[in-house]
Amino acid sequence: MTKEYAIEVNHLTKRFGKKIAVDDVSFNVKQGEVFGLLGPNGAGKTTTLRMMTTLLKANQGSVQIFGHDTVKEGRLARSMFGLTGQYASVDEDISARENLLIFSRLNGLSRAASKQRATELLQEFSLVESADKALKDFSGGMRRRLDLAVSLITRPALIFLDEPTTGLDPRTRTQMWATIRDLVAQGSTIVLTTQYLDEADQLADRIAVIDHGQLVKIGTPAELKQQVGGTTLNFTVDQTGQVAAAVKLVAAQLKATVKRTGQQLSVTLNQVSQLTPILTALQQAKIAISHLTVQEPSLDDVFMDLTVGKN
Amino acid sequence: MDVQTHRGNLITNTATMAYRNLLKTIHNPDRFMDVIIQPVMFMLMFGYLFGGAIAGGVQAYLPTIVPGILIQTMLSAASGSGSQIREDLDSGVFDRFKSLPMAHIAPLAGQLFADILRLLIAAVASLATGYAMGWRPTAGFGWVIVSGLLAIFTGWALSWIFALLGLMAKNATMVQSFSMITMMVLSFMSNAFIPIKTLPKFMQVIANLNPVTYVITAIRQILATGSWTHEAVLVLIFGIGIVIVFAPLTVWAYNHNN
Repeated sequence: MTKEYAIEVNHLTKRFGKKIAVDDVSFNVKQGEVFGLLGPNGAGKTTTLRMMTTLLKANQGSVQIFGHDTVKEGRLARSMFGLTGQYASVDEDISARENLLIFSRLNGLSRAASKQRATELLQEFSLVESADKALKDFSGGMRRRLDLAVSLITRPALIFLDEPTTGLDPRTRTQMWATIRDLVAQGSTIVLTTQYLDEADQLADRIAVIDHGQLVKIGTPAELKQQVGGTTLNFTVDQTGQVAAAVKLVAAQLKATVKRTGQQLSVTLNQVSQLTPILTALQQAKIAISHLTVQEPSLDDVFMDLTVGKN
Repeated sequence: MDVQTHRGNLITNTATMAYRNLLKTIHNPDRFMDVIIQPVMFMLMFGYLFGGAIAGGVQAYLPTIVPGILIQTMLSAASGSGSQIREDLDSGVFDRFKSLPMAHIAPLAGQLFADILRLLIAAVASLATGYAMGWRPTAGFGWVIVSGLLAIFTGWALSWIFALLGLMAKNATMVQSFSMITMMVLSFMSNAFIPIKTLPKFMQVIANLNPVTYVITAIRQILATGSWTHEAVLVLIFGIGIVIVFAPLTVWAYNHNN
């Protein structure tokens, strides 16, 4: 029970019949960080999240939220976080304001406090104009905003977001990211699941990669990328006759294998500072090059490297 | 946490959930259409079609058919609870209810209390159509209300059974078709529309075993005699018995529905 951790997950296991959906997963989430659960579809992200948020009983293992066991102290643990589910977890048949009012009341706010909080949140999430409209007329983005607003009624220190931007257009997604960053700036701890690598890269301080129910890797985006390998240098040799010479020259400089595809060469750099000597040597040998790119490994590479996926 | 909260208790949580269900209905009045249209339609059709054949005239048939359709409507209104609970459970919003620090049973209880309004509207629609067709019970208005309340209570007790069904079933469609069949069999194989003695022997046995027959008889007696009869007491006890047995079962099924 360390105070430093917002969540402690220990040996969490969930079986559906014979299928093991989550297999002995353990990790800790520090206070104030954004923790990303990344994995392909069906990897066990949502199942893990559902166990963390008391919606699903684990077969084995335990989850502690700010030191409170989610099974033994379920109600106390539930009072400490807000949850925004994968599917709109708001009431479709009633208005935005009514949703906020009802969920405020269910969260234990008094009638007057509920009214006030609903008004505050409608303003905060720019929903004032549509406050009394039926949710059927809401866009996907508005619905997600309302969904998030409902999760924030009690200003929880911990917020779970299950695929917060799935199905949103790029603009709304950027808005959602900004909202999430605001929450972080206010000191909230956030756990989010996503299948989008750029989202994890943009938002998460640490990422747990889950595949086939198992925790494959955990670390900062930079650490994960480093694992896959260093920076890649790509360029094209302008004249076909000079390609062989260029390969020889670069190989000699770096003492590494150069990959050749037609006139295109690519080689892995250990350090970016190795770039200058190569370019100087090429210039001295009068080999003209173009389309030069230096590529950091992306989380895509990490993802492909670490996960097998369903198919 | 700088938002002032107190631990919600069962009663306030249930009241909030009942309020939510009422709001849902206010925004979608079509949710009431089935329990209004069905009794009106049945009353008109059966009354004018069979009145002459069964009782020698529409007016003479009304004291038979009004309580019959009243109870038939209660049955179908109660069966609606089951499919609504299933639909609710299948929607994302239930995950949020479960993740809140509230009384666990409140969503279920809220639904069942809000359904009383549905039953009330159904009862009024049945009785008002009868009145419009010329039905004038001798017992007077007070006893009409008493019989209406007994019908609503019976319907509410039955809604616990349908709620249990809703929790156990795989999807709302399944609940709906099962409820439809139950409703048809129970209401037609009873004394709701015809005198039992006109039935073949084996059907008489079934109709006499059918609990719906007892409820309808009790209501007819209240309306005919203007008194709280022995049968009415039995129906009330029967209703209470259903709640005592099925409420805990439903709650248990709800708690184990994951």
